[in-house]
Amino acid sequence: MTQRRPDELVILPSESAPTDAAIVADFTPDLIDVGEHHLCPGCGEPIAIRAVMDAIAFLGLAERAIAVFGIGCSTAFSNNLDVEVLQALHGRSPSVASGVSRVRPGLAVFTVQGDGDMANEGLQEVLHAAARGENIVCVMLNNGVFGETGGHLTVTTTIGQRTKNTIEGRNAADHGHPMRIAEMLAQIDGVGYVARGAVNDAGNVARTKRMMVDAFTAQQQGLGLSFVEVLTMCPTGWFIPTDEAPDYLAQTIAGTHGVGVLRSSLAASGSVPGPDEA
Amino acid sequence: MSAANTGTDTNEDPVAKQVRGTVVIDTEACKGCDLCIDVCKPDVLQMTTTVTNGRGYRFPQLLVGCTGCRACADVCPDFCFQVYKFDEPKTWTMADGLK
Amino acid sequence: MSESTTTTRLVEGSEAFAQAMVGAGCRFFAGYPMTPFTEVLEHMAVALPWVGGVCINAESELEAVGMVWGAAAAGTRAATGSTGQGLSLMQESIAEAAIAGIGFVVLNMARGQGDYFQATRGGGHGDYRTPVLAPSGPAEVAGLVADAFDLAERWRNPVLVIGDYYMAHTWVDVQSSDDHTAPPPAPSWALDGSTGGTGRAKLVSPLGTTKQRDGVGYDLAAHYAHADEQRRAMEAGIEPRAEAIHTDDADVVLVAYGTMARYAEAVVSDRRSAGHAVGLLRPITLWPFPTAQVAEAADGSRTVAVYENNAGQMIDDVRLAVLGAAPVVGLNGYRTDSSAFGISPEVSVEQLTASVDELLEQL
Repeated sequence: MTQRRPDELVILPSESAPTDAAIVADFTPDLIDVGEHHLCPGCGEPIAIRAVMDAIAFLGLAERAIAVFGIGCSTAFSNNLDVEVLQALHGRSPSVASGVSRVRPGLAVFTVQGDGDMANEGLQEVLHAAARGENIVCVMLNNGVFGETGGHLTVTTTIGQRTKNTIEGRNAADHGHPMRIAEMLAQIDGVGYVARGAVNDAGNVARTKRMMVDAFTAQQQGLGLSFVEVLTMCPTGWFIPTDEAPDYLAQTIAGTHGVGVLRSSLAASGSVPGPDEA
Repeated sequence: MSAANTGTDTNEDPVAKQVRGTVVIDTEACKGCDLCIDVCKPDVLQMTTTVTNGRGYRFPQLLVGCTGCRACADVCPDFCFQVYKFDEPKTWTMADGLK
Repeated sequence: MSESTTTTRLVEGSEAFAQAMVGAGCRFFAGYPMTPFTEVLEHMAVALPWVGGVCINAESELEAVGMVWGAAAAGTRAATGSTGQGLSLMQESIAEAAIAGIGFVVLNMARGQGDYFQATRGGGHGDYRTPVLAPSGPAEVAGLVADAFDLAERWRNPVLVIGDYYMAHTWVDVQSSDDHTAPPPAPSWALDGSTGGTGRAKLVSPLGTTKQRDGVGYDLAAHYAHADEQRRAMEAGIEPRAEAIHTDDADVVLVAYGTMARYAEAVVSDRRSAGHAVGLLRPITLWPFPTAQVAEAADGSRTVAVYENNAGQMIDDVRLAVLGAAPVVGLNGYRTDSSAFGISPEVSVEQLTASVDELLEQL
């Protein structure tokens, strides 16, 4: 929690750009066109999208990448990236990406979808694409709600999680059980890399960036379908203040959807340094 | 933990502090979400209390003691941070300000 | 250099459709088995790898049309197909592809003619339209399929081709050449990754074409208005086609498309040789509907009779075209066999002749 300080502490002015220093982080990443977006304060999705774009930039894939966006809050970025983008319909990104990948083999084709898009509307698509071993990276931004349409439960909503239509908290008898998507995909022969990350603290962000690099590396090596699920904060959908969302994610969401690498065909020695560590 | 966390610093505090980096904050882009405050390891980010930006949000301000670890930039959903690491770490006293 | 050889082979209609698609430059096909479309998928699975193309047995019709959305957006001539029920599943994607400016061909190997409304009224949501081409038999297939791909590329819109069970399983002579013309290059708007990182990366989206870097972002109202203009331009830019047989002086004008038109053609020929003024107007484009040609055929006639294998669908468009110049009657009713895939044995030249004779007597 933030400590309250006396106002007479030295506060450095915001414009104090030094000349005797090196930039280590520069506002909006290069592959995101416009930094300003209208997603909610404290939303985790831009952080996750940044991790994807940083990985693409790090691996030098920008002019060989095609993103296939689903429909959801993250659609706010589909016309805001400096890589080629094909917008798909709700749930359809994996089949669309499969079509792109089959006629443009070798390109870094990837999807960006929310949990409502991929796990609800489009569950069969990602499972089938994985079984086919399509050479695409599927990214699922998981906040356990349909954010764009107002915050209703999805297939990944955790037991006890309050959403617009589970206002007392999800319970299995009335609302069914959550599904663990990364675990389902890890079971399918045809995947090359399956991992679940999170963006609720700096350590998780750094690990998620490495997962993205590994996912795209596996794809470029033709190891099958790569899947990275990223747990993202949604304080609006969770009915909590923005500064409580990281802890809520750690305790409530990550309790059901555990972070970690679930399956990897990458050579053990091939662990690539993250984009910020090179 | 550095002396800065005791909450007793004033401009007259003669304790010298190592500063390894600094940030430039796009305060107008900020949406006041507070995520940067909690991730800052040296605990040198502080939200304004009464001052708000053009859209009415409180925004972070940098105190002395940044290490240039870029955690703030990594978690900011609105890309508000530009992070610098000094070629040579600087030593400050609160009275000096950044030199 | 050896010359290309042309061979004539006896093939089933489904293979004729497949050969036509490959000959038109199609290099990506995805489909889900369903009668009477299944054999087209089988033939494409054999034919495409030979020319460096890809054919996928999609796990559902939804995924088939999704794959085609992707392949077409990446610049490859792409097609899918099914029968009416499978096309029902594809409607959202067809409707939105029209708005996104993604062109591909969709083949409906139909059961009967009950999918006329689905094809011409748009079975999906919104104000889109799809051009619809209706061959009357395998002989017309190669030309119309090639036209379909050209239209899809020209107008950046899905285009439907309607066949049926009868056509799928009728064996015909087809000339095929081993000289496969290379498919046309990818259109300039298509995606291949190369504009990434340039500050001008391409976007293909049913939500719009404007990017936030241009200070505009998505404006759905503007985009739908633009899509409407494109649709009007497409409608104005496609020549409606029909075949008119003995309609100049006909007292009874039959209107029929597809397989049913071949029955009608036989009846016209037979009645004419018996001295009766019977004619046939056969729409070839179901959208844009050949309104002017139907009106011209009806002009001076005493009865217009719409012969279709459904409960009465095309008759609406015929009535609109005739606009009261002559009475319009329906020789319709869904007549199928016990499997519901094909045509009832009741459907015959004799049966239609009897109906036409009745109309002639009433004049």
